[in-house]
Amino acid sequence: MSASEKTLLRVEDLDVFLGGSHVLQGMSFDVPEGSVTALLGRNGVGKTTTIRAIMGLSARRGRVVFAESDIARERTDRIVRRGVGYVPEDREVFGSLTVDENFRLAERNGSARYDLVYSLFPELRERGGQRAGTLSGGQQQMLAIGRALLNENRLLLIDEPTKGLAPLLVTEVAKALEKAAEITTVLFVEQNLGVVRRLADQVVVLDQGRVVHAGSAKAFLDDPEAVRRYLGVSKAEAA
Amino acid sequence: MSTWVLLTITGLGLGAMYFLIASGLSLIYGLMGVLNFAHGAFLTVGAYASWWAQGKLDGIGSIPLRFLLAALVGLAVGALIAVLTELVLIRPLYQRHIEQVLVTVGLGLALTALVAGIWTQTQQVYLTPTWLTETTSVFGAQIPNDRFVEIGAAVAVLLGLLAFFRYTRYGLIVRAGVENRAMVMALGIDVRKAFTLVFAMGGVAAALAGILSGVYFGGIDPARGTHLLIYAFIVVVIGGLGSILGSAAAAVIVGLMQQYANYYASSGIGDIAVILLLAVVLLVRPGGLSGREVAH
Repeated sequence: MSASEKTLLRVEDLDVFLGGSHVLQGMSFDVPEGSVTALLGRNGVGKTTTIRAIMGLSARRGRVVFAESDIARERTDRIVRRGVGYVPEDREVFGSLTVDENFRLAERNGSARYDLVYSLFPELRERGGQRAGTLSGGQQQMLAIGRALLNENRLLLIDEPTKGLAPLLVTEVAKALEKAAEITTVLFVEQNLGVVRRLADQVVVLDQGRVVHAGSAKAFLDDPEAVRRYLGVSKAEAA
Repeated sequence: MSTWVLLTITGLGLGAMYFLIASGLSLIYGLMGVLNFAHGAFLTVGAYASWWAQGKLDGIGSIPLRFLLAALVGLAVGALIAVLTELVLIRPLYQRHIEQVLVTVGLGLALTALVAGIWTQTQQVYLTPTWLTETTSVFGAQIPNDRFVEIGAAVAVLLGLLAFFRYTRYGLIVRAGVENRAMVMALGIDVRKAFTLVFAMGGVAAALAGILSGVYFGGIDPARGTHLLIYAFIVVVIGGLGSILGSAAAAVIVGLMQQYANYYASSGIGDIAVILLLAVVLLVRPGGLSGREVAH
């Protein structure tokens, strides 16, 4: 990070205990304003827990500074109202509500950006009256991302946006995230390194609840030895 | 034919009271995961507040007006005690379900004992407008008029709740919260306000059930809430936790089953039949009639 870059989110000495396990162990990293940061690591290293801890959805210790305010003791809804959008790992759309109702629920003020959301996902406009639980996995992901983009946020936390999607949908979701990244800082968890290469400016790599590498995304992905060591994937897979 | 009509309408009247109690219980559990064992005490306190107000309003000559004003006092007290319970006892114990159960059991026992301590265990005669104690002939059966009021009140509450869920933002929040409370918070919504509102609505519905039970049984006693709460819990489980329509359907089934079994089989069999129905539902369809899974 250059000196001119302003830090939007700073995580300092973050600890999370889940069911007796010390999942996050003094984790620290920064997310510069305007950047796209990918949170990487093998399965079970604490990526989702990190996102949930920032959101206040998991009990945590340490400091989480967002826009120069410590939010580590704030409730989730207050953190969101500060300008943090969240797309959870398993979409978590409200299946018994319609698409329109899911959006209405997400509206935080009178300036909901339906034009932006429908320009990214025109399909959702046509399915406004359909129950979200009957949408395909890809459509549910569009709804989950659209819900987070509906309000003007300063930071988007996105957990595995392409998980379980068909290749064509991965491309569509990646395009939407590119568009989102033009207007918002993004911190996202992703297993698909092609998507990481396409979107991320910087990476934060976790192992056993700690940050083991942080830096330029391109430099990391171009280093096959680092990719193999930290993620356990070959150069071909990384490409 | 006339006996069957009488049993059916009486069963529906009983089911109406079960529904009024069960609706609040179901919503509170569905949204907050709280098994509110003090809910029966809300009923008792609401009914006694209304009865107490009837005595204080003795300057009003019109019995129907006195009954209605006293009922409003009972509903307000039901809402107040429910809100206070949520704010003072439940809110500090969010996510601590065992402690919540213990505190609501304790509160239910304490409130019931308090009412008995002040007004004794004796049943108090509830002042009701004459029309409610008269009968109307339906297909040859002489139906007490209060049954129609009980059924009408339950239908009005059901329609009101459905409209609330469909047309208001808080209704949307409650529906979403029943499905996934954490995600509602992750959309920037202070779900605690919905908790308080749901408790207040449950308190009003329970107090209404208490007032109507005073009319139905001809009086009120401190154990009324505890007695009806048992059936309300059965209704909630059969209907499906968190489902208002499921509770409505289950309340009708339980009320009718009790009446039919008590008359056509033997007095007392109604309660056994209801317990058997509960066991069958739990074995065959654990999610209840609605089949809804509530996530907490």
